[in-house]
Amino acid sequence: MQRGLDSETKKQLEEEEKKIISEEHWYLDLPELKEKECFIIEEQSFLLCEDLLYGRMSFRGFNPEVEKLMLQMNAKNKVEEVEGEAVELDVSDEEMARRYETLVGTIGKKFAKKRDRANYEEDENGHIKPTVKVKKMFLKPQD
Amino acid sequence: MAEAVGVVAESLAGDRARAARTVLDQVVLPGEELLLPEQEDAEGPGGAGERPLRLNAGSRSRGRVVCGPGLRRYGDRLLVTKCGRLRHKEPGGGSGGGVYWVDSQQKRYVPVKGDHVIGIVTAKSGDIFKVDVGGSEPASLSYLAFEGATKRNRPNVQVGDLIYGQFVVANKDMEPEMVCIDSCGRASGMGVIGQDGLLFKVTLGLIRKLLAPDCEILQELGKLYPLEIVFGMNGRIWVKAKTIQQTLILANILEACEHMTANQRKQIFSRLAES
Repeated sequence: MQRGLDSETKKQLEEEEKKIISEEHWYLDLPELKEKECFIIEEQSFLLCEDLLYGRMSFRGFNPEVEKLMLQMNAKNKVEEVEGEAVELDVSDEEMARRYETLVGTIGKKFAKKRDRANYEEDENGHIKPTVKVKKMFLKPQD
Repeated sequence: MAEAVGVVAESLAGDRARAARTVLDQVVLPGEELLLPEQEDAEGPGGAGERPLRLNAGSRSRGRVVCGPGLRRYGDRLLVTKCGRLRHKEPGGGSGGGVYWVDSQQKRYVPVKGDHVIGIVTAKSGDIFKVDVGGSEPASLSYLAFEGATKRNRPNVQVGDLIYGQFVVANKDMEPEMVCIDSCGRASGMGVIGQDGLLFKVTLGLIRKLLAPDCEILQELGKLYPLEIVFGMNGRIWVKAKTIQQTLILANILEACEHMTANQRKQIFSRLAES
């Protein structure tokens, strides 16, 4: 005795339900409305219209941070003109090169063994440079 | 008087659309329609039957026109919604058709996204502050929207503090939301405004006039004595100087300079400079 429906009949019923739903057409039967190309954009902000300055201001050194900000912000408006600004260096390139040259010596001295520490000499300016020591090779005795 | 009224009534009743180009810097009234330049060409010499041959008939070479505050899109035309002078700005980058807007005057502020405003903290509820910005609703400001704020490191904001921030959400359907950091996460001048000083209210048009790049009033003020000013686009100005008297003088000048002519202003400044 079978209670309930057969698996086949169940499937058929489901398919019929699906058909009914899909046939209901979730879309309205209206003609397609073509959206006109709109060349007008609506904006409610005054920022686009007028070039306004930054809202915080300080005069004659009352608030130095705000004065720095003023320069930054108002320069941002004219950023397109001044794009190729070189970054101000605190230390020049030459000095950096010199430092690295002597740095090798100073750090190298730290890891050198006691015997090799004698190789490190003090230069004219007090910079520590490693002097290259010629390694003793085996001399073959002459006949 | 009667004649003038009759003329105005005729022009309003006829409602012929005028070309935007011809009305620049003139007073426009709400309800007027304005034609953009390209349409005006097409409709102009049509009657004579001699239309200029357009090689690019399909595409419109004007690009996008932006209609700013005081104007609305009405089909292909612009509809004026506020009374004031019509202004136009040419496109800088070469693309687009420029910006049209109406230079109007009002005291009531409507929150707009991207505007920097001064607000007063009115309530502190859980994780957000309620900030009064002069609009129809108080704006909400999350405590995480400050530079360097974390869940454990809360900003030091009390009820009654002045906040300088910008809107991230501001439309007619939702409560406005503001923040005190920019898109990179830096404060860039926003946040709690310091101690002392005086907050007062002016019209919105005056703020825009004072913040114009070539404003003489501010340059002259800056020469008087050391001071600090913060302008909010919602019509609020906060000033601070070394003494209370100087602060009050500043406030009076800024409120009055809207209705003064340039000569009167110069007289007042010269008198102040002497004393």
